[in-house]
Formats: sequence, C-alpha cells, structure tokens
Amino acid sequence: MRAARVERVASLKQQELLANIVTHILLIVLGLAALAPFWWMISTSFKTEFEAFQIPPTWLPLEPTLEAYGDLFLDQLFGIFLYNSVKIAVLSVGGQLITSSLAAFAFARLDFPGKNVLFIIVLSTMMVPYAVTVIPLYIVMHRVGWVNTHLPLIVPAMLSSAYGTFLLRQFMFSLPIELEDAARIDGCSSFGIYRRIALPLMKPALATLGVFSFMASWNNFFGPFIFLDRKYLFTVQLGVALVQRQWYTSWPRLMAGSVVVTLPVLLVFLLLQRYFVRGISLPGIKG
Amino acid sequence: MAQSQVLTRLVAKTKTREIRWHRYEGYLFVAPLLIGIVAFIFLPIAASLYMSFHTWDMVSPPELVGLKNYARLVSRDRIFWKVLGNTFKYAGWIIVPSVTFPLILAALLDRPIRLRYLYRLAFFLPLVTSVVAVGLMFRWLYDGEFGLINYTLSWVRIDGPNWLSDVFWAMPAVAMVTVWQGLGYNMVLYLAGLQGIPDHLYEAATIDGAGPFSRFFQITIPLLTPTMFFILVMSVIGTFQTFGLIYVMTQGGPINSTNVYIYYLWQMAFGSSKMGYASAMAWILAMVIFTITMIQVRLARLWVHY
Repeated sequence: MRAARVERVASLKQQELLANIVTHILLIVLGLAALAPFWWMISTSFKTEFEAFQIPPTWLPLEPTLEAYGDLFLDQLFGIFLYNSVKIAVLSVGGQLITSSLAAFAFARLDFPGKNVLFIIVLSTMMVPYAVTVIPLYIVMHRVGWVNTHLPLIVPAMLSSAYGTFLLRQFMFSLPIELEDAARIDGCSSFGIYRRIALPLMKPALATLGVFSFMASWNNFFGPFIFLDRKYLFTVQLGVALVQRQWYTSWPRLMAGSVVVTLPVLLVFLLLQRYFVRGISLPGIKG
Repeated sequence: MAQSQVLTRLVAKTKTREIRWHRYEGYLFVAPLLIGIVAFIFLPIAASLYMSFHTWDMVSPPELVGLKNYARLVSRDRIFWKVLGNTFKYAGWIIVPSVTFPLILAALLDRPIRLRYLYRLAFFLPLVTSVVAVGLMFRWLYDGEFGLINYTLSWVRIDGPNWLSDVFWAMPAVAMVTVWQGLGYNMVLYLAGLQGIPDHLYEAATIDGAGPFSRFFQITIPLLTPTMFFILVMSVIGTFQTFGLIYVMTQGGPINSTNVYIYYLWQMAFGSSKMGYASAMAWILAMVIFTITMIQVRLARLWVHY
C-alpha cells in the first residue's frame, strides 16, 4: 500500500519533470526562432559587404568589422537624425505625461458638470483611425506653416492622448483617497493635491505611460514621413527608411542602421520591462 | 451681535463662492487635453468629412462634387477594389496564426517554470522594434538569392521563391512579419486571460478525471474566447492601418499585390494630390472598421463564453 503510494508520487514527479523538459525545449526552439531575425541583423551589421553576400552564409562574421557603423556615422546627417528623434520623443512624452495626468486626476477625483460625457468623448477618440484625421491635419499644418517643422509630431502627441488619460485614470481609482481628503481638510487646493499627493503616487503608472509613449514616438514612421521632407529634419526612422534607396543595397549598412534605431527602445524596454507588460494587459483586460 | 451676524454671512458668502468655483475647477485640469482633442482630432474629422464631398488638389480652391468621390471609388476605381481585396487577404493570412501561436506561447509560459522572464523577453523584442528596422531585417531575410530563409529551405531541398517580388508570395511573406511582430502583444493578452481563469475549475476537472488535454480544450479555450475575440478584432483592424511595413518592404508591389488600404490612400493623397478623394477613402475605411467591429460583436455572441 505504502510502497504503491510512494511509487505514484514518484511517477507524478517524473511526469512533472518530463512536462517541464518538454516545455523548456519548445520554448527554446520557439524563442530562438523569434530571435533569429535579430541575430541575423546584428551579425550582418558587423560583416564586410563581400561576406554578407557569401553562400553559404556565415552565422558569425568571419572578419568582424565596424565599417558599416563607420559609414553610417560618417554621414553627418545621421547624428542630426538621432538628435531630432530624441528631441521629439522627450518633448512629446513630457507633455503627454503632464496633460494626461492633469486630466486623469480631474476625471478620477474632481466633480464637475458634464464630467462623464466628456470622459466618454475622450475615450471615443481612441477608435478614430489615424487615416481619417491625417489628411486634414496635414492641410491644417500646411496652412499654419508647421509642415517641415517638428511641431506636428510634438504638439498633437502632447495634447491629445486619450490612452494616457484612460490608463492614469484607472490607476488613480486604485489609490486610497484618504490622504487627499486629509489634505483637503487641511486646506490644500486641488492643484496642490494633484501636485503633492496624486502625482507622486501615480509614478508607476506614469512610468508605464512614459515607456509606451516613448516607444510610440521613437518608432513612429508615418508621422515623420508625411510631415517632413527636408533631410535635416528627419528622424532616425525616416532617415534609415529613406536613405535605403540612396545607399545601393548595402546590407551591412542597412542592418547597422536598424541596430542603431533599435538600441534606444531596447534599452528603455529592458530597464522598464515590468511597466511595459502592465501597460499592455491593462486595456486588454478591459477590452 | 449684529457684527457677528454680518461675519457669518460674509463667511457663508465666500464659502458658496468657493464652492461655485470648485464646481468648475475640473475644467482647468482637463482643458489642455480637451483643446488638443478638439483641435487635432475633432476638427480634422469634420474637415475630412467636408473634404470628402469636394475635389481638391491643394492648389486651386476645393470644388463641391457631392457624393461623386464615393461613387467613383466604388464604381470606377479598379485599384480601390483590388486594394480592398488585398487588405482582406492580408487579414486572412494573419488571423489564424495570430490567434493560435501566442496561445501556445502563453499556455507554455503560464506554468511556473524557470527562466520564464527570459523567454517572455524573447517574444517581446519584435514588438518594441520599429517597422523600419523590422521591414529592413525581413527584406534581407526574404532575399531570393542571399536570404537566410531560402538558405534554410535549401537544407530540405526546397527552392524558395524570391518572396517579396513574387505576386503570390509577397502578401503572405509580409503577413508573417506582422504575425511575428504581434506575438508578444497577443501573448500578454492571453496570459492576462489565463490568470482570470479560477484554479478551482481545473481542480474540479482533475478530480472528475480530466487529463491535461481535455482540461485545455474544455476549460482553457472556452474561457479564453473573449481574449481570442479581442485579438481577432484588433488584428483585422490593424491590417487596415498598416503603412510603414508595406512602404519599407514592398512599396505596394509587385504589381499592386501588396498595396493595402492606407498605402493606396497615401498614394492618392500625397502622390496624386487628390485630397478629397483620399478623404472619401478614409471615411469608407472608418465605416468598414465600424462594420467589422459590429459584425464581430454579433458573431461573438454565438461563440464567446463570457
């Protein structure tokens, strides 16, 4: 009897072990398959052009070289592209954090006539396809002379983030209200409560929004593509995408460009991973 | 006595004034957002509707043509129909793999195994990479002569096509890139869905003698149908908004075989300066997206277990 039970426990353990091994094998295979394109990108970027076209292809560059990266940065404009991207991203993220947190605070904590209707209107804008607004937006920007400046990429992003407002408002609801009540009784103004209590407590949600809006801004292609056609105004994405036509297909150089374009988001992602995951799953659960 | 009365009245007055002010204070907080939304979303929407009833090349003044733009799109523009068909084809290639692959990944990663974080990371990387980098990367991978994909296929004696310049293969090739990029996102949605399934259901099923497979198909899948439904809707809507990937990988070619909705819209608006015509296209797109969502919501009632 007892021996049988011991045997059963042992076989259960074996089963579990087997299941774990199978899971690991499957995940390793799938994970490598998902990562292989990146490997290929990085490896090609360190190859000479001659080696890139070798058959059979080499997994690791035989004579690793920084030639492609050198060519990239020798093009003086590439540094400017990087600067433009950073500038646009920082300004749009900063602005978005301020406007969204202000609005989220009001929608979550203050009471004013028409609040719920306004919130629904704000939310409904998330469903509007960009294609519907981009043409008139272009025309308006053309009229006010903002085409071929960075303003059309910064100002709308700063001021119209329904997603950010929604995310921060949901987060506000999970915060205790007692602190704010106490502050109000002590005579703190609404702005004071926002500034001194809500904002510090919102930090994790602000980080989530920050990560997302940084990636959206950095990776944005359509916007810069529509609004910019002077080369010195290009973002890195636009630079790499458009310059690909001028560079006769030099794959090491194109891959080096892709690596450089990917590195900043990769860093932000690796450092702030947990905020990133939370940001995806939040609207997902709601949807 | 009188003095204190005056005082209380004064206090009451300032208080009501304060309260009245407080009632509207919220507007100050939402003002920047609302100004932005009106200026950069609502006004453009109105302008776009207005323009869709005009022809306009941005040089001469707009000319009112009523519904002519819409009529011409639907009845005379052959490329428009081709592009609409392409977009649905694109969605068709995407749907099944984007619903199934991430589910497999999520099911594998839902168990408390070692290195879970590392595995998850691998599936997130495609998501955070820009369409430009992804597009270039895959153009190189799909290269007919020197691409890694055809080289790998040659191991099993398959002579791969020149993917991106083949009228048939270009679309599925682009679609697989989209699936690859969406893996991590859809996986997280599934993981969130899996966490919402109560453990006692599995325990009860185990006691009743259900094995891992029947637990997966009888409990997990039915309870994940809302997530599947969400992924389905988002994938289809996503195909109608793809631009960058097409621009970088194929530019709509060969012979318009990967020309999808937004790409054609862009060609009309900025290539041919037909702003009114493109606006009409944008409105048709808005209606298509709305209809798809509605149809899917209706269908969902039949098979989604909430």
